[in-house]
Amino acid sequence: MSIFVDSNTKVIYQGLTGSQGRYYGLLNRDYGTQVVGGTNPKKAGEDVDGIPIFANCAEAVEATGATASCIFIPAAGVYSAVMDAAAGGIKFIVCITEGVPAHDEATFYNELRAQYPDVQLLGPNCPGIISPGQCNIGITAGHIAKAGGPVGIVSRSGTLTYQALYELQQKDIGVTTCVGIGGDPVPGTSFIDCLAAFEADPDTQAVMMIGEIGGSAEEEAADFIKNHMTKPVSSYIAGVTAPPGKKMGHAGAIVSGGKGTADAKMEALRDAGVKVGLNPTEAGELMAEIVASL
Amino acid sequence: MDLFEYQGKQFFKQFGMPVSDGEVAFTVQEAVDAAERLGTPVMVKAQVHTGGRGKAGGVKFAASVEDVQEHANNILGLDINGHIVQRLWIEKASDISEEYYASFTLDRSAKQHLGMLSAEGGVEIETVAAENPDAISKIHVDPAVGLTREAAQAWVDGANLNPVAVEGAVDIAMQLYDAYVQGDADLVEINPLILTPDNRVHVLDAKVTLDSNSVFRHEDYAEFDETQPRDEREEAAHEKGLQYVGLEGSVGVIANGAGLAMSTVDVVNQVGGKPANFLDIGGGANADVMAGALEVINNDPEVKSIFINIFGGITRGEEVANGIIEALNRVDIDAPIVIRLDGTNADEGREILQPALNDKLMMEPTMLDAAKKVVELAKGAEA
Repeated sequence: MSIFVDSNTKVIYQGLTGSQGRYYGLLNRDYGTQVVGGTNPKKAGEDVDGIPIFANCAEAVEATGATASCIFIPAAGVYSAVMDAAAGGIKFIVCITEGVPAHDEATFYNELRAQYPDVQLLGPNCPGIISPGQCNIGITAGHIAKAGGPVGIVSRSGTLTYQALYELQQKDIGVTTCVGIGGDPVPGTSFIDCLAAFEADPDTQAVMMIGEIGGSAEEEAADFIKNHMTKPVSSYIAGVTAPPGKKMGHAGAIVSGGKGTADAKMEALRDAGVKVGLNPTEAGELMAEIVASL
Repeated sequence: MDLFEYQGKQFFKQFGMPVSDGEVAFTVQEAVDAAERLGTPVMVKAQVHTGGRGKAGGVKFAASVEDVQEHANNILGLDINGHIVQRLWIEKASDISEEYYASFTLDRSAKQHLGMLSAEGGVEIETVAAENPDAISKIHVDPAVGLTREAAQAWVDGANLNPVAVEGAVDIAMQLYDAYVQGDADLVEINPLILTPDNRVHVLDAKVTLDSNSVFRHEDYAEFDETQPRDEREEAAHEKGLQYVGLEGSVGVIANGAGLAMSTVDVVNQVGGKPANFLDIGGGANADVMAGALEVINNDPEVKSIFINIFGGITRGEEVANGIIEALNRVDIDAPIVIRLDGTNADEGREILQPALNDKLMMEPTMLDAAKKVVELAKGAEA
């Protein structure tokens, strides 16, 4: 079992004809993901290595029965791409693109909620999602993840997600699903969305959560863990020593007005019973202890 | 992207907001000339990307041109929270009856825009929020819907401003929201927004932060990018398109991915070292990017040792290792380097690096081991 995506998930790649879209689309297909189509209004009727290209998501969904899409469109076109996917009948939209203006993100987040409440968006500026052995949508290296379970992973950072997958693989611990929610200010899918899904997934028995400075998503997640989760959680928060007022690479990773510090996040998580590691390796070791005691 | 006050005021003016006439001055003479054109009295205001200007003596009233000369002389070159004043804004002085506060920013938790308005202006809003939270009237605006005049009216009514200020404040609330949305701002703040003795509501200060992700649809923002405060290292990294933040330590840090770079800075601190920087070279880690990163780090005189922390995902260990070796051939590095390479095909990558290792180029198996080694080297060089 897994959350959000599995071996039955059919995926449309918006921007499959671009260099990034093609590279990762084909890589994802090689992994075993059902990559059933791509979109590009100017290239409808053509194909990318045998994958048919449609003018828009509505036509792609009609022809293929896809329920998910993956966006590799430059930032300026992301708003339109998200709305095209939702209008076309896609239920799970994964947006890899980074550099999307925050106002666009806030706008399509709220428009989706109002007009397409059953659509879930992951990202933007995220590595995507992988249910190892079943489905890999995005830019995660599939071979660093061991399939099975019992651990679910949710993370705001790309490379730290890979690090977590890899450390668990080295310890021979499997993963049900690993979700990269992305480092932007308005992520479509939150920590809480993922924690709730992992709590409901019978094959996930423990969750590893990787956060970073900025905003209050980790504090909100801690509150959710305290009140709604029975499964054990280990965590790591990046940016303990980040200077205030500076964006640390990710648009959302900034300590401002004394808010969003790693210390406050770690304290909230510890208070919720989460085992917090001081570096990614330690968080992996804590997870190994949790798994051993299951 | 943070704007100077004068840039913020020019930005607000495009949306119809009432701001004072003024001119920018880089020298005492320019300040005097500006004051003569504007007519005294004027305010002489330091233009720096930090708060607390008034307390630091960076904002002065000048009744005469002689006063302007004296104040400009004192303020130019002044150090305000580590920011050296290089430019002044000379503007017509305003008479003030009351001081208010108004702002819009993104509420990340609510995923909606948040407007704040208070009759207690001229002080930091964080202070008002802590001491008298009821004095702040808040409004959440759904970005998909926008701000209606009715909603703005209710928001202003909730702030208990002087009744004569209400209509002007509603106008400015609407204009401020337009500026915030159309300008792709992270923050627009007026503190103080003033009521004058002749009952006009007027913008007396402007704090604007623009979303750098939006520059593709705002060509005119290039000029703001040029005035961002960056030290020499940050400027060099910016020119190379690297994600770099200057810190004050002695261990140069290079990592791939923002999260891993943050984590590397943390681990160096944890083992007792002081990182010189945060530097994210992105997912790939090819030779060009690596060489550029090494140049930036190498030009930092404080750097005593360098930590290259790479996790191979899609990019395989061999490619990363070849990239590092090629970059090292191109750039002469003074400080010793410690590499940690892990992830996809890490063993193959390490094999490629092995023959190149010496007392200036070391490799450690884990992030923690590498951090300990690189900190030890930095301390050795400092001792």
